[in-house]
Amino acid sequence: MSNDRLRDLSNSMIAGRLGVPRVPVLRRYEPGQALLPGPALVTAVGAGRFAKPVGALVEESGQKAVEGVGDERLAAVVLDLTAAATLADLAAAQQILTPAVRKIAPSGRLLVLGPEPAEASSAEAAAVAQALDGLVRSIAKELRAGATANLLVVAAEAVPAAVDSSVRFFLSSRSAYVDGQVVHVGVPVGEPQDPTGMDDPIDPDRPLAGRVAVVTGAARGIGAAIADTLARDGASIVAVDIPAAGEGLAAVANRTAGVAVALDITTPEAPQRLLEHLRERHGGVDLVVHNAGITRDKLLANMDAARWDSVLAVNLGAQLRINDALLAADGVLHEAGRIVCVSSQSGIAGNRGQTNYSASKAGIIGMVRAYAPRFAERGATINAVAPGFIETEMTAAMPIGTREAGRRVNSLRQGGLPVDVAETIGWLGQSSSGGVNGQVVRVCGQSILGA
Amino acid sequence: MAPKKSSVRQAAVIGGNRIPFARANGRYARASNLDMLTATLDGLVARYGLAGERLGEVVAGAVLKHSRDFNLTREAVLGSRLAASTPAYDVQQACGTGLEAAIAVSNKIKLGQIDSGVAGGVDTASDAPIAVNEDLRRILVALGAARSAGARLKLLGKLRPGQIVPEIPQNSEPRTGLSMGEHAAITAKEWGVSREAQDELAAASHQHLAAAYDRGFFDDLVTPYLGLTRDDNVRPDSSVEKLARLTPVFGKGEGATMTAGNSTPLTDGSALVLLGSDEWAAEHRLPVLAHFVDAETAAVDYVHGGGADDRYGRDGLLTAPVHAVPRLLARNGLTLQDFDFYEIHEAFASTVLATLKAWEDPAFSKERLGLDTPLGPIDRAKLNVNGSSLAAGHPFAATGGRIVASLATQLHEKGSGRGLISICAAGGQGVVAILEAAE
Repeated sequence: MSNDRLRDLSNSMIAGRLGVPRVPVLRRYEPGQALLPGPALVTAVGAGRFAKPVGALVEESGQKAVEGVGDERLAAVVLDLTAAATLADLAAAQQILTPAVRKIAPSGRLLVLGPEPAEASSAEAAAVAQALDGLVRSIAKELRAGATANLLVVAAEAVPAAVDSSVRFFLSSRSAYVDGQVVHVGVPVGEPQDPTGMDDPIDPDRPLAGRVAVVTGAARGIGAAIADTLARDGASIVAVDIPAAGEGLAAVANRTAGVAVALDITTPEAPQRLLEHLRERHGGVDLVVHNAGITRDKLLANMDAARWDSVLAVNLGAQLRINDALLAADGVLHEAGRIVCVSSQSGIAGNRGQTNYSASKAGIIGMVRAYAPRFAERGATINAVAPGFIETEMTAAMPIGTREAGRRVNSLRQGGLPVDVAETIGWLGQSSSGGVNGQVVRVCGQSILGA
Repeated sequence: MAPKKSSVRQAAVIGGNRIPFARANGRYARASNLDMLTATLDGLVARYGLAGERLGEVVAGAVLKHSRDFNLTREAVLGSRLAASTPAYDVQQACGTGLEAAIAVSNKIKLGQIDSGVAGGVDTASDAPIAVNEDLRRILVALGAARSAGARLKLLGKLRPGQIVPEIPQNSEPRTGLSMGEHAAITAKEWGVSREAQDELAAASHQHLAAAYDRGFFDDLVTPYLGLTRDDNVRPDSSVEKLARLTPVFGKGEGATMTAGNSTPLTDGSALVLLGSDEWAAEHRLPVLAHFVDAETAAVDYVHGGGADDRYGRDGLLTAPVHAVPRLLARNGLTLQDFDFYEIHEAFASTVLATLKAWEDPAFSKERLGLDTPLGPIDRAKLNVNGSSLAAGHPFAATGGRIVASLATQLHEKGSGRGLISICAAGGQGVVAILEAAE
């Protein structure tokens, strides 16, 4: 389904002849889909420790992993620069990347693994590590036809297994609308992982099998897509929304074979009621998705306390109180528990008429960073996703000028879909994503807003 | 788990679901019984995570029913997210339908014949079955059976313009021709139920129901439907003063006390309860709110003369619960005061008040109920604490499910105690039951 008419028109024959720039149709995930539709170039500069296991991962998924650029189109390019420390190493990277980007297929993937600048042993090494940030973000802006470029900044002590779920996510079509992002991967919290390889026992088609996932604001829009996507990936869904949204909520719960919980998360007793439900009905929880959010837009000059307070209460206050309750309760949040909070581009870039909303969504980012070490002590992680322009009922109701502008100001020249946000949450929600903690991942097609 | 033969175990009330009740010809005007029942079932499935489950049985019914809905409950199951292998059947006992369905399911659970089940009912006064004129129907039936063109032509010659007038269901008793309200007015007069007392009960019902919504009591009991999130009959600002201004609509002359305010309006809606054995509930990690202890159904003669005005039976149409409750109490070794909650269906405010008066009346109790001492008064603070039919409305077959689920939730909130349900029904019948809080 697409309500992006320009995208559809631009792919017609006439538009091609007229030279109208094409809005790419992004490859998106379907169950059973292969990790990559074609071969991948997987190589390293220096003694990178990830090239070999990533190559094995690609081969295991049924695709060829090549070490040099040939005639073939490349579905992905993975460059391990974790050992890069000098300008000479950086130059070597350019020598590899220049011919490689010419061969990247539509909806192709460029993934660079780099070292953590803070861990660098010299100024030059730190400079090189940081240089990758600018390099990858620029490549993302140059790539066409739905191809993306992203950077994984990997801690020196992280073993290959620590990056497994992240590499899979960024290579797959699940990351269709995640572009130009920098994600730090550390030593995973919780149980130690197999240091020898990436032989992950998790079924790539059902990476959330056996996990209980709570989704707030699940009755419609992005929340409903999150519930659908997590259920598709094997999670049991606990769908939460306000009692007045019960009709839509029941539909979401039933189509995901989950459970509907009618609960106003802003009430004082809500965290305890939710935790009791999770303990009694599900034996605890593995993944909590704080998606519920409202807008009450008004210029600050005309803002009243009710608009301010209700937005902050739903979008931020409720998350804080539920997270505190999860930290305080014994045994509700399971080992390898994952919290994912839905922030927003408005929280990063600000938005006219949305002081309350933007404050709440920026607040989520601060909250996630503050909680990360505390959840890590429990073997759990907390991260945020920040959607950019996502095609929903809300954006469909925008005036056409605002909507068109919102859609095009990103490297993929289109709005994302609710499922793109959901896929990103699914990746962060996996038990094997414990190396990613306290991060904010934008799902915005590399929007220029707030970048 | 295969239950042992002839074991009697407890039947648990696990929870319930209903859609908000809507005044007739309003929000649900275009919804059929099947639409509402299916939506209610799906809401229940969602709340208890039963998608794809095979339950022991679903039992429900409707009072106003189209002939095409002969298998209403089974059709609702097939349209729901329950496993299609869940059996179902319809029951119909006028306003007792929902509670009778719950009795049927709980009895099978107690006997070990099923481990789980859903019970309740649905009614629409908006989408009522209007039938073809009886004369026309006879001609059409004969036409279908006719074997020759000549015979058919002869039958067609019998068609008359007047036969276009359809048969519309009446809210009246077939044997007396009186409406339920007119019957209730006879009883109100007989027991001297005052207008003030009726208006007080009605106002309390509205206030209690509105307060229950405000404190979230119905969050786990109601699923919005067609944009309606609360019963649209409820008036939170209802008061005795406002109700006193209404003109009586039932009964005649000076003594008439029953108004639209202290009588239930025609309503559309649907309600279901989820029942199961304790073991089934535990296996599914579901709560046990209460146990369905026992039930009794009574019937009275409101037809054959000897009543207060001697034209009708000596008992009031809606007074069967007066007789059912003492029998139920005796069987369970309880007194009327041994309850923490009384859920007496408010068909009319006067019905509730006449019932209470009868239980307090020594002469009536001795003569008619065979009791040396009357059952006595109840603590009115324990009556219909979260509102009842005067405020919520009364989609006939849905009321039993509404009350069972609400009472079980009240008992669960309290954490202990016992509740009595009393529902009067057309045809001079009454269904009553006892629930007990789960340990």
